[in-house]
Amino acid sequence: MNTKSRRFSKNKIRVLLAKAGLDGHDRGIKVIAMALRDAGMEVIYLGLRRTPEEIVNAALEEDVDCIGVSLLSGAHNVLYPEIASLMKKKGLADKPLIGGGIIPEEDMARLRKKGVAKFFTPGAKTEDIVRFIEGAVRKK
Amino acid sequence: MAKKSADAIKAAKDHWSQKFLRKDFKLLPERLPAFTTVSGFPIEEPLCTPADLADTDYLRDIGFPGEYPYTRGAYPSMYRGRLWTMRQFAGYGTAEETNKRFKYLLKKGQTGLSTAFDLPTLMGYDSDHPLSKGEVGRCGVAIDSLADMEALFKDIPLDKITTSMTINAPASVIFAMYIAVAEKKRIPPARLGGTLQNDILKEYIAQKEWIYPPRQSIRLITDTISYCVQNVPKWHPISISGYHIREAGSSAVQELAFTLADGLTYVDACIKAGMKIDAFAGRLSFFFNSHNDFFEEIAKYRAARRIWAREIKKRYKPKEAQSVQMRFHTQTAGCSLTAQQPYNNIMRTTIQALAAVLGGTQSLHTNSMDETLALPSERAVTMALRTQQIIAHESGVANAIDPLGGSYFVEALTNKMEEEVYAYFKKIDRLGGMVEAIGQGYPQREIARSAQWYQQAIEKKEKIIVGMNEFTEQEEPLEVMKIGPEVEKKQARAVQAVRKKRGRRKWEASLKKLKETAEGDENLMPSLIEAVKAYATVGEISSALKEVFGEYKEPALF
Repeated sequence: MNTKSRRFSKNKIRVLLAKAGLDGHDRGIKVIAMALRDAGMEVIYLGLRRTPEEIVNAALEEDVDCIGVSLLSGAHNVLYPEIASLMKKKGLADKPLIGGGIIPEEDMARLRKKGVAKFFTPGAKTEDIVRFIEGAVRKK
Repeated sequence: MAKKSADAIKAAKDHWSQKFLRKDFKLLPERLPAFTTVSGFPIEEPLCTPADLADTDYLRDIGFPGEYPYTRGAYPSMYRGRLWTMRQFAGYGTAEETNKRFKYLLKKGQTGLSTAFDLPTLMGYDSDHPLSKGEVGRCGVAIDSLADMEALFKDIPLDKITTSMTINAPASVIFAMYIAVAEKKRIPPARLGGTLQNDILKEYIAQKEWIYPPRQSIRLITDTISYCVQNVPKWHPISISGYHIREAGSSAVQELAFTLADGLTYVDACIKAGMKIDAFAGRLSFFFNSHNDFFEEIAKYRAARRIWAREIKKRYKPKEAQSVQMRFHTQTAGCSLTAQQPYNNIMRTTIQALAAVLGGTQSLHTNSMDETLALPSERAVTMALRTQQIIAHESGVANAIDPLGGSYFVEALTNKMEEEVYAYFKKIDRLGGMVEAIGQGYPQREIARSAQWYQQAIEKKEKIIVGMNEFTEQEEPLEVMKIGPEVEKKQARAVQAVRKKRGRRKWEASLKKLKETAEGDENLMPSLIEAVKAYATVGEISSALKEVFGEYKEPALF
């Protein structure tokens, strides 16, 4: 399926979205999924409670340009570094990893050093997210 | 209202509208192209009059507080007799830490406890499970076994306070632990008062903390209801919740319609399980959100009571008045708070709390201003509680019962919301009922659409959120509460110690008995109580039940 959809939509930016951690707050990620799709991107949404392994493996399999992970449970200090280091291990270090959720300022600073390209927190505009992904993917 | 007088008022209003209002609008046009509530519900009429209530019969549709159809309140005396219960939701870290917060809140004048559990507990995992990594004690208190519950309620007189427990899929397990803790304190179940959230349908719809498939989950719920009816008569075994539906992005009408439809589904299930309507209906309780739109919220609560009373009466013909009387808890809307200029959240919460009180809530949680950033700090929690105390003791709104009853606008809005709810009921019926509708993703889609509409309205500035999309400024970050990683290690070690220390034979036998009971159709509560007393953990009990019941899987759609 992946190779086919890849061929049919050569120019579309492909984004993998997933919820990591145990919380079920999927309002934000669904709104973002709809906004990215409306902006012409191809969105693969993995759903709730995905482990770092599942997320990175799906990113490889789906050959995506960008990974977005939402997390409101408070487990961000553990899960984002795991995802980022797995991405490195599997050769996905050049794909931007973006994060979203309730994450304190100082944790964000630390996590950015560990490989999260950008965080979008409550109050972020979907058009800013679209613009950021387009910029980050085109830069490569 | 007599038709003649309604016609006369309508004619006079038309005249006023032509002669004065239009003229005024010509000089100063309406400031918005369309006026809507925060939910997008249209407010077309700039002014309501008795003519808007021409079809409303006071005695039939509004009536008296504590009397059918309960539009004006659940009880006759309302806050003239007793104020609402001020119940702040709390829980974080270990049971010992939360026990301290509970005592702190009781000392500050809170009148009931409300427990928040961490995500591993809510999902039925022990603290040392691989999926619990990074989650232990973060969104609530970590409970693995009876030992933690004993620590959580240490030195708290369970026969003198009421406790609300926000837990769903493993609700019956935690309830079994509460009963076991009380027993150790020599308090019989009949003297326990409180509420178990125990509402799984809204989990599939909105909050998404499920374990088992719907049919098996509903059986756990009817088992707890039936157990309470017989053994814990002062307990509310379920709190049918719209709160999370609203937080997931629904409109006020959707919150109301889906919650009431869930409630009717549970009533059906109890009747099918052989219970009599008057035995349990009076113990059902509800839980609603209170968002920013003041009158929409008040109308929602009034419509909720009226629809519930009418539907229960029509469908089940109970004999007891209590069976049709809706009581509910309210929490102010977490989703309405902004990370920007967080002090503004105190004002939002005040307006929302006021709406809940004017809507006749039985208990109330007010959010803390820092909750979009982290778990609330002690200072923020105190301020939130003080907000309720100021409303109760200084504002004067609790001096008269339902002071907004009879407001042309509020009564007309109540009627309109009721109509919209019935339109949703029809759609849900056409889909084959609420369980079927959930299976088809219907309420989930409706909610996601409303969430998307709201986000767009904010981005296009059709809705102004002060400090976020208007009146913005640069600001210093707020000092917030932090929970360290040591909680997880401590909790993992503690549950491992419990597993080593407990008597193996009793533990094994209790889990075996639990599985056998799950396979049959006897009430599960006695087996659950035995298992928790043998120190079986939340994770072990959930795994045992998963073997029999299976697990729920949600399709990832948007």
